[in-house]
Amino acid sequence: MTLAARRLPARSAIDGGAVFVYLVLGAVALVVGGIVFSVLLDAFATSWFGGWLPDGYTDRWFRAAITDFQIPQILGATAVITLAVAGIGVAIGVPAAYVLARRRFRGKGIIQLLLLLPLLLPPITYGIPLATMLYELRVAGTMLGVIIANLVPALPLVVLLLTPFFEQIDPALERAARVLGASPRLVFTRVLVPLAVPGVLAAALIVVVRTLAMFELTFLTSGADSQTLVVALYYAAFAPGIRPSQQIDAMAVVYMATSLVLLLAALRIVDPTNMVVRVRR
Amino acid sequence: MTAPLARDKAVAPSRPAPRRRRLDGTLLLVAPAVLLVLALFVYPFVYGLALSFQPYGDNEANGPLGSYIAFFGDARERLSIWNTVRLAIPATAIDVALALPLAYRLRRPIPGQRTLTALFVIPMTLGTVLIAEGMLQFLGPAGWVNKALLAIGIVHEPVRFLHNYLGTLISLLISDFPAVFLLLLGYASGIDPALDRAARVLGASWIQRTVRVTLPMMLPGIAVATALSLVATFSVFPSAVLVGNPAGETRVIAFAAWQAAYEHFDYSEGSAIAIVMGAIELALVFAALSLRVGGYRRLTAEAGR
Repeated sequence: MTLAARRLPARSAIDGGAVFVYLVLGAVALVVGGIVFSVLLDAFATSWFGGWLPDGYTDRWFRAAITDFQIPQILGATAVITLAVAGIGVAIGVPAAYVLARRRFRGKGIIQLLLLLPLLLPPITYGIPLATMLYELRVAGTMLGVIIANLVPALPLVVLLLTPFFEQIDPALERAARVLGASPRLVFTRVLVPLAVPGVLAAALIVVVRTLAMFELTFLTSGADSQTLVVALYYAAFAPGIRPSQQIDAMAVVYMATSLVLLLAALRIVDPTNMVVRVRR
Repeated sequence: MTAPLARDKAVAPSRPAPRRRRLDGTLLLVAPAVLLVLALFVYPFVYGLALSFQPYGDNEANGPLGSYIAFFGDARERLSIWNTVRLAIPATAIDVALALPLAYRLRRPIPGQRTLTALFVIPMTLGTVLIAEGMLQFLGPAGWVNKALLAIGIVHEPVRFLHNYLGTLISLLISDFPAVFLLLLGYASGIDPALDRAARVLGASWIQRTVRVTLPMMLPGIAVATALSLVATFSVFPSAVLVGNPAGETRVIAFAAWQAAYEHFDYSEGSAIAIVMGAIELALVFAALSLRVGGYRRLTAEAGR
């Protein structure tokens, strides 16, 4: 523990850390931007051979995607599935998160581990047995099957995100309301709900975004009319040459726009750094 | 020994906080979540485990372990484990190594922090499938990267980024980075800046402060980020198919499990491979999480809490 002061701590003029931040930032922006823009340009290109930029621009791939890929139908299925998963996940997850944040009881550790395990295992691991089971129950291949499968990681995510959120809501507020004569129901509707809305909304949005991007479970359980965007995109990209790349990219743009809008909405509500780990100072 | 203890309990039910005598009804609120996880996660898992010991077709001759023997007995199948590990571990290591200093620096807000964070988060929304799709365009033989490399004259023919190990690794690096970064940023912003200042006042150099102060404080975060990143990269599937070479060097274990179950309709072997995959992955995750116990507990103990 003798960190002897051999020399005075000198502040260098150039902030090396900031330089590093901007370097990595630049690299990430370059790669991600390159990927996004090449997909975007290609989706609007008449054709793109050899040159730096497409040979011309058109919107016909989007119109073709609507007829060939049944985009409206896929978007509808995606909306139903993601919203149902988020809705059910929140409805079941919020009470659980509240209890885990507020109460100490025997077996709490086991319940917490149980609610964490689905996030610690790759979806394929439990997805294959789950899909096999759902096929035997004859719900796989339907939207219900896809919703059920996607709930498995969604619910633990809601609990994981919201437990620290409820922890930081001061319990004194609830106690004060009780002392002032509010019934538990009134405490819930008038005190807890208003305080919890931002966190719950953000968790729901994060679940929607995750479900939108969840490939494995949807891939294993979806049928022809219960595909989400990401699975439809996979099938399109998996069989290149059958369709022009522009048409696949048009679909990718639809997917990208959908998830980006949702994510930006989520970011407006919460600062992601506070969602992951909450620290009391 | 036990008798007085039992009588004590009968007389006064000793809970940690004996505020209420009746069973707390709010505890029931956690029941739906527990039931759902039991029905949709634990039960299928047990079902899959049982299924994996009921070999199907030719494997039946080898007894209950037939599906496992089929997997481990086939060199090509066995190789899928190695193919997964050699993607997951480098991808995780590189992402954590890049995100760690970045997150540490960004814990003190710099101008445009919110925009920067949002920018890092974008790859997360894109998802592995879209990133792989975009890479086909961007990193392809006629893509911008190869055009730029050819124009500068670094290479004389297009670099093969796609349909091999490199392509899959790149796609994992991109899709995994945001989660690692955000998680570490959360931990970094929880470190009291006064500790760093104190060390600086006491004359610690930049390296000493990093090694003796910052890194031990960040260790729990590093452990969790590594663990979660391993979960994500270990289940690599779509990008291994789309930008990798699923018939060869990127025939990962998730693909092997899917192929057994859905192409050969051998649900027993599919489940067996899935269980093997889960076991290996959990071993890696717990190895990563054990870092946390080592570093953090000792530190807080020393801090005299």
